[in-house]
Amino acid sequence: MKIAVLSGKGGTGKTFVSVNLTAVAPHATYIDCDAEEPNGHLFFKPEQTQQTEVYTMIPTFDGTKCNGCRKCVDFCRFNALAFVQGKPKVFPDVCHACGGCALVCPTGAVAEEKRGIGVVSEGLSDGIPVISGILNTGEISAVPVIRAALRAGNGENTVIDSPPGSGCSVMEAVSGADYCLLVAEPTAFGFHNFRMVHKLVSLLHKPFGVVINKTNGVYAPLEEFCANHHTPILLRISYDAKIAEIAARGDIAVTLNPAFAQMFTSLWERIQEEATA
Amino acid sequence: MKKLLILSGKGGTGKTTTAAAFIRFADARAFADCDVDAPNLHLVTQRQAAPQTYDYLGSQKAVINPDTCLGCGQCAKACRFEAIHKAGGVYTVNEYACEGCGVCAYVCPNGSAALTDDVAGQVMLYAENSTFVTAELKMGRGNSGKLVSEVKSRLAQNAHDADLAIIDGSPGIGCPVIASMSGVDMVLIVTEPSVSGISDMQRILQTAAVFRTKTAVCVNKYDQSPEHTDRIIRFCKQENIPFTGRIPYDSQASAAINAGRSLADVDCPASRALKAVYQETMKLLNEVNA
Repeated sequence: MKIAVLSGKGGTGKTFVSVNLTAVAPHATYIDCDAEEPNGHLFFKPEQTQQTEVYTMIPTFDGTKCNGCRKCVDFCRFNALAFVQGKPKVFPDVCHACGGCALVCPTGAVAEEKRGIGVVSEGLSDGIPVISGILNTGEISAVPVIRAALRAGNGENTVIDSPPGSGCSVMEAVSGADYCLLVAEPTAFGFHNFRMVHKLVSLLHKPFGVVINKTNGVYAPLEEFCANHHTPILLRISYDAKIAEIAARGDIAVTLNPAFAQMFTSLWERIQEEATA
Repeated sequence: MKKLLILSGKGGTGKTTTAAAFIRFADARAFADCDVDAPNLHLVTQRQAAPQTYDYLGSQKAVINPDTCLGCGQCAKACRFEAIHKAGGVYTVNEYACEGCGVCAYVCPNGSAALTDDVAGQVMLYAENSTFVTAELKMGRGNSGKLVSEVKSRLAQNAHDADLAIIDGSPGIGCPVIASMSGVDMVLIVTEPSVSGISDMQRILQTAAVFRTKTAVCVNKYDQSPEHTDRIIRFCKQENIPFTGRIPYDSQASAAINAGRSLADVDCPASRALKAVYQETMKLLNEVNA
């Protein structure tokens, strides 16, 4: 089963929940799809890591074949090509690698070459496969890196740690999931962004449930919203400075705290029930 | 106009809380929320009047006419984004995967594939005593950088006489963050004392360096790990990055936010520390091009 963990707002505890859930789940693989800011590896500290570069394609132009017709420049909808001193020039950062320029060139002057935009790192942490998508700094789109990270995972159970927000990267990360776990924070900011991802997973018709993290009493608007939408709240984790300290230094709470391990094991079981219900 | 952008790399470190307080401390006449994926600044900047709203047209999307589609599959073969699939003898476009490149329309032998405009979000402009621009991207849409640029240009158009603009950014280092950095005078990075906070801060600092943007760092909730806070301060010293202060964890902070108020409106340890961070940051901002 593939479980995607998402939140809308950043910092609600996606990575915390993903890492601890993976650590208690049977035969589970952890995939970090927050390729802009991957953090799961800081907790798992995987060993024997292997890195595979992720490429996108970029056009190259053969000046001897180019007849200066500008069809490529006119075709490009991303303004990634300009005609400079009688030759097409590419701006790699805005190129979407659609291949259109090569397709429309009447003289076959356009070829494509690989351009590295990130890596997928794979390793093992105490027997748990840990896969991280890591976007190079300065790069715009994490989507190809997320896609490559997801393809690298093929275990029985997978926990997918998604990026924040509700845009295209999140869509890519959760698109293949069997179940979505929404990590909500009981604050006005957390609630507002929670409703955005709630809409997103509803739109995708995925079964989903909620973990409320860092509770400190009851935040009524969130609880009422879930009740009104028949959205199950699977777990409430109270704010605990000791747990925050464990997470801050990059340790995995379930490996140090038996009560926490029990809590996450129950969460895993509850997800299995919910997903097959 | 001097533009200060607040970023963090990691989410949830307190960008919006910081931005909202700075806006009040400075009595800023111009401010914007560029976290178009998960905007929140409007929740703590009380406004009287309704905003003017504008549709944001993102990338165009391909549409295939099912009545004329020949089912030849040329479009699906040429599409690099795995956005076209066969359903019931004809081909259809997955609007979430389509990037609007136009290749399908080019290869289609009988003109069944065409590109259409797509409303990918909304821009909201509040023009009262001060100008506030925010936006919301539609679910699952890409190209958020273009929407961020639109937010910034609306702010510039409507508040050209303001001498300071405060811009709340998004987490991460990708498209919307890079778009938000262009043209700003300085970036303040709000980080938190954890292994994740530090790793993410380093990645956003690298990104800012690529674009040669001036940066400063402050630490929120520093007392959650004084030892990681010290690591951050040492790192900044070593890298010659100005450090503008540290803010304690304060339960009154989330209480103020939940009541729709900025920290500048309450007196608590976090708000006093934030004021000091604000003053240090403003000194640095005023040195830019001075």
